[in-house]
Amino acid sequence: MELVDLFQIVFYVAVLTLLTPGLGLYMYKVFSGERTFLTPLVGWVERGGYRLTGSSSREEMTWKEYLTALLWFNFFGFLFLFLLQLMQTILPLNPQNFANVSWHSAFNTAISFMTNTNWQGYAGETTMSYLTQMAGLAVQNFVSAATGIAVFLALARGISRQSSKTLGSFWVDLNRSVVYLLLPMSFVFALVLVQQGVVQNFSPYVDVTTLEGAKQTLPMGPAASQIAIKHLGTNGGGFFNANSAHPFENPTPLTNFLQILFLLLIPAGLTYTYGKMVGSIKQGWTIYAVMAAVWVFTMIGSVASEAVSNPLLAESMSMEGKETRFGVVSSLIFSTATTLVSCGAVNAMHSSLSPLAGGIAMFNIMLGEVIFGGVGAGMYGMLIFVVLTVFLAGLMVGRTPEYLGKKIEAREMKLVMLAILAPCATILIGTAIGVSSPLGLSSLANKGPHGFSEILYAFTSATGNNGSAFAGLNANTPFYNVLLGIAMLVGRFAVLVPVLMMAGSLVQKKISPPSTGTFETDTALFGILLIAVIVIAGALTFVPALSLGPIVEHFLMLRGQSF
Amino acid sequence: MEKKQSLMQPELLMPAIKDAFIKLDPRVQMKNPVLFVTLIGAVVTSVYVIFGIGAGSKSFEVQIAFWLWFTVLFANFAEAIAEGRGKAQAASLRKSKSTTVARLIRSGTEFQVAASELKKGDIVVCSSNDLIPGDGEVVEGIASVDESAITGESAPVIRESGGDRSAVTGGTRVISDHIKIRITADPGNSFIDLMISLVEGAKRQKTPNEIALSIVLSALTIVFLLAVATLKIFADYSGDVAGQDLSQIVTVPVLIALLVCLIPTTIGGLLSAIGISGMDRLIRRNVIATSGRAVEAAGDIDVLLLDKTGTITLGNRMATEFTAVKGVEQSRLAEVAQLASLSDETAEGRSIVVLAKERFKLRAEALQPHDAVFVPFTAQTRMSGVDISILGGKMRVLRKGAGDAIKAFVKSQGGSLPADLDQKIESIAKSGGTPLVVSEGKDVLGVIALKDIVKGGIKERFGELRKMGIRTIMITGDNPLTAAAIAAEAGLDDFMAQATPESKLQRIREEQARGHLVAMTGDGTNDAPALAQADVGVAMNTGTQAAREAGNMVDLDSNPTKLIEIVEIGKQLLMTRGSLTTFSVANDVAKYFAILPALFSLLYFSKSVGVGPLAALNVMGLESPQSAILSAVIFNALIIVALIPLALKGVAYRAVGASEVLKRNLFVYGLGGLLVPFLGIKMIDALLTAIGSV
Repeated sequence: MELVDLFQIVFYVAVLTLLTPGLGLYMYKVFSGERTFLTPLVGWVERGGYRLTGSSSREEMTWKEYLTALLWFNFFGFLFLFLLQLMQTILPLNPQNFANVSWHSAFNTAISFMTNTNWQGYAGETTMSYLTQMAGLAVQNFVSAATGIAVFLALARGISRQSSKTLGSFWVDLNRSVVYLLLPMSFVFALVLVQQGVVQNFSPYVDVTTLEGAKQTLPMGPAASQIAIKHLGTNGGGFFNANSAHPFENPTPLTNFLQILFLLLIPAGLTYTYGKMVGSIKQGWTIYAVMAAVWVFTMIGSVASEAVSNPLLAESMSMEGKETRFGVVSSLIFSTATTLVSCGAVNAMHSSLSPLAGGIAMFNIMLGEVIFGGVGAGMYGMLIFVVLTVFLAGLMVGRTPEYLGKKIEAREMKLVMLAILAPCATILIGTAIGVSSPLGLSSLANKGPHGFSEILYAFTSATGNNGSAFAGLNANTPFYNVLLGIAMLVGRFAVLVPVLMMAGSLVQKKISPPSTGTFETDTALFGILLIAVIVIAGALTFVPALSLGPIVEHFLMLRGQSF
Repeated sequence: MEKKQSLMQPELLMPAIKDAFIKLDPRVQMKNPVLFVTLIGAVVTSVYVIFGIGAGSKSFEVQIAFWLWFTVLFANFAEAIAEGRGKAQAASLRKSKSTTVARLIRSGTEFQVAASELKKGDIVVCSSNDLIPGDGEVVEGIASVDESAITGESAPVIRESGGDRSAVTGGTRVISDHIKIRITADPGNSFIDLMISLVEGAKRQKTPNEIALSIVLSALTIVFLLAVATLKIFADYSGDVAGQDLSQIVTVPVLIALLVCLIPTTIGGLLSAIGISGMDRLIRRNVIATSGRAVEAAGDIDVLLLDKTGTITLGNRMATEFTAVKGVEQSRLAEVAQLASLSDETAEGRSIVVLAKERFKLRAEALQPHDAVFVPFTAQTRMSGVDISILGGKMRVLRKGAGDAIKAFVKSQGGSLPADLDQKIESIAKSGGTPLVVSEGKDVLGVIALKDIVKGGIKERFGELRKMGIRTIMITGDNPLTAAAIAAEAGLDDFMAQATPESKLQRIREEQARGHLVAMTGDGTNDAPALAQADVGVAMNTGTQAAREAGNMVDLDSNPTKLIEIVEIGKQLLMTRGSLTTFSVANDVAKYFAILPALFSLLYFSKSVGVGPLAALNVMGLESPQSAILSAVIFNALIIVALIPLALKGVAYRAVGASEVLKRNLFVYGLGGLLVPFLGIKMIDALLTAIGSV
């Protein structure tokens, strides 16, 4: 690895670390209902929201009420998006006259955007009308991110409140996330993107003649507005099929830098918000440090893997599948960030990464999307692992495990293990179905371990609600659309529901005051242990599968065999 | 201290081996999901061998089956040997129970009935040499009782009606005198019944933390079950696309071997042994806990309420100093104090006599008993002393007592108070002593300092507790000044002066409301509400039946300091579970490095290199796929046996802060758990290769 590569990595981490406390503090103020500089500007939108739903900002919900509200909201979001796709021919803003989307693709896409996955079995510029993109996909980009934040807030309240029953209000949390956070930030980011050359219009596609004299159709559309939230909300669903590798979606090195930054911003900032909410900023920083450390490890690992000379090409740092605008290292920073954060936007084809770098991208998702992770979802997923770590550590110091004064007992462990177990099971079983069924195998573009990786990646990405694709797998078939749709549902709700149940159980408990006999969760020792638990849990579950995919492919590449 | 008991005593070993086989019963195994999966694996592998199913090598599969059975048997053995230690004790307890005949009093007549027929509320009578037929309360009489059957202590104890020493335990023997007892426990619920079920581990309920841990272990088992089951499908796909047939090596028995290696059999197999032996360690320290839950709670305690008397200080206050007022000789004060205390039979009084003798060689020889009229202490006068007739018909009026009482007495005699008296009284009180003022006639001579003697080594004990994060609070009836001085001297964190049973209860509730877990000891009936309210209440065996029923532990030695050991045992119990879980999971890394290359070393086999690409993962350099798999399985089985002593003894415990403990245990059991299996598997592989078993 060269010094300049290392500098790039350090630069990204430094900028992110600098921005974290400011944004974190702002979010803390927003979510606790304090006045911020945006209140005079958009406060009326928040109040209008309450009038519309007939609720109030002081409303409080138990975990059951919170979950019920969330599930109904998500269900109607799904239904609306599903129907929109099936009826786009009779609806306006369809200048290219795209046909109605097939039922299975519409099913998959509706789940995908509702669950903040943004797995795309379709190609945006040849499938979706402008109305579907804007009123359907873009809206879910906002509210699915806000849903994640809401669940995180409920859990954080469950941990910080004591002897209580309620966790806040889903409507209030949703409302505030969208009005004060996602909308304003997306608006500003979209303006920057437009300035840099991202398209934003309702024009029909443009036919041009290239310098070489070839005919080319340039897709158009309201892209910038959707791309901003695609990153900010860790959605990742591209306006165009090539996603952030497309010049109209990610035109310059500056937009590339900002796109990486914006997909990390809120997940990183929430660590600080969490610290404020539980009354100890150090708790938040410890979690941030764990996330940043794993990110740095995976970036270094990926770059090192690309640097391994491929005997077939007799070169290292291969440009295959990467954009000349960005180069290899920028692509790897993007690939690690987008997989750790459950964003799924890509600026390079992960299938073309060196086998181990592709494996790292996959393993990043397998870690449970808790290193930064999806907006809100990453934090509540991380807290699941924190509780598991606290449980092991607590036993080892000879006390009933306690996290921030809350006793971790059988009920919590049941929910924690369910939230960890369900995604693991979905990935393994889904992949097993994929590789053993002719319907699954017929979609493969490559054979051998690479083909295995394509299917494994697809189920991993869907279950982790990541949405990035390895490429090479034709997933727009009824088989994959339905199976991956189910995987996305399990990956989202089999974690989210136990988390809310756990929040409901924790909020009733008393907070025991700390003593020297209490195991501290804001130390380097805890951070290291937490990393170990996350990595070992992921490794023990997935190493057998990975060994038959990227790992064997890596050793075969060294022998001069590729797929 | 417990006596050193060798694990490998033949009288414990043989029954444990037998029990290990009896416990193969699936109904027993069902209770432990990890072992149940192992058992099924052993059965399936055996079926494959016996009926010759599959393409794998049978001589190899026989060995796998053999070791899988051993894995289950070793785990059963661990539990059986833990139970075995209690069973011998239970047998002797039972003997004392079955032979007892009760002398029941019903409407004034005495009947002979079997002890097992006694009901709550029955009145029985016991004379010397009778076994007390059941738990109860002495309602009439006083007797000395030999309680060695349950406490192991041969010196007899006094039991009497009324007061705080009225409780008797079934199975103990009356040595002298005659008492009437009201039975307080129904048959099957007596103290001895409780002890029997405890030492046998028969009614052992899983404790809350054990349940939580079992959930984690079950979930891990499911994860690995899925990982291994899907691996078969992934391997089929990989074999297909590589154009190879892997069915020789990726067989069902081999996959079962992988599964059993991965699921946490080590902690799963030792889990109940750890729980039973924790209870056993308590019993060997003569503490009976009514539930495992209480033992576990003891490890969580962060506030300890301790009675001053008996726990922190020696039972009674002792005279330590004579301080004469200005113009009075020390020896005169000592003489008068000695004379005034001669009739005082309390320990305090005796200590004054002794101190005078030690300091001034005074023996009260001048006193003729017929010349003296002793004035005993009463609550009204709050002083005692003696009136001695001397020559000339005069009287020496000698008094000692509380400051106010003597002051008033001297004034009433027309005397005056020395100017430095108050200052002397105060300085004694400030240093934690109790001042007793001595007077003769209308003169105040000086002050005797009575002090609590803090037990040796207790300060260090409290220091350890502080490091463990436990706050100690002394409870005393003394005034705040005295209490503060003693608390400081003994190194306590806090004290409660002028405590009443109500204020104790109140204090416990307050601490609990702030989120603390509170432990306390007590013996009297008035302690019962506080004992019941505390998270861990340890009743003294000498105490009343009410106290024993209110607490969740009984200390047979009636030693209040025992609470500290109980806390340690509770912590050790959790630490052992946590450490072995970490060890068990960390072991899996090495097992993957043994078994995955073994399974797939031939995948994409190329003639030019001689092995497949995944052979590169065989970092241990194990001889052959078969030997690698077998070594991992053997290691997995033997590690259970190797850790039985640790499970029974508990991991080493030292009183240091949580992060120190964690660092140490992570280093030993986490890092050790990562490294040890690499070494162990490599050695077993070398051995297997040397003897040519595979």
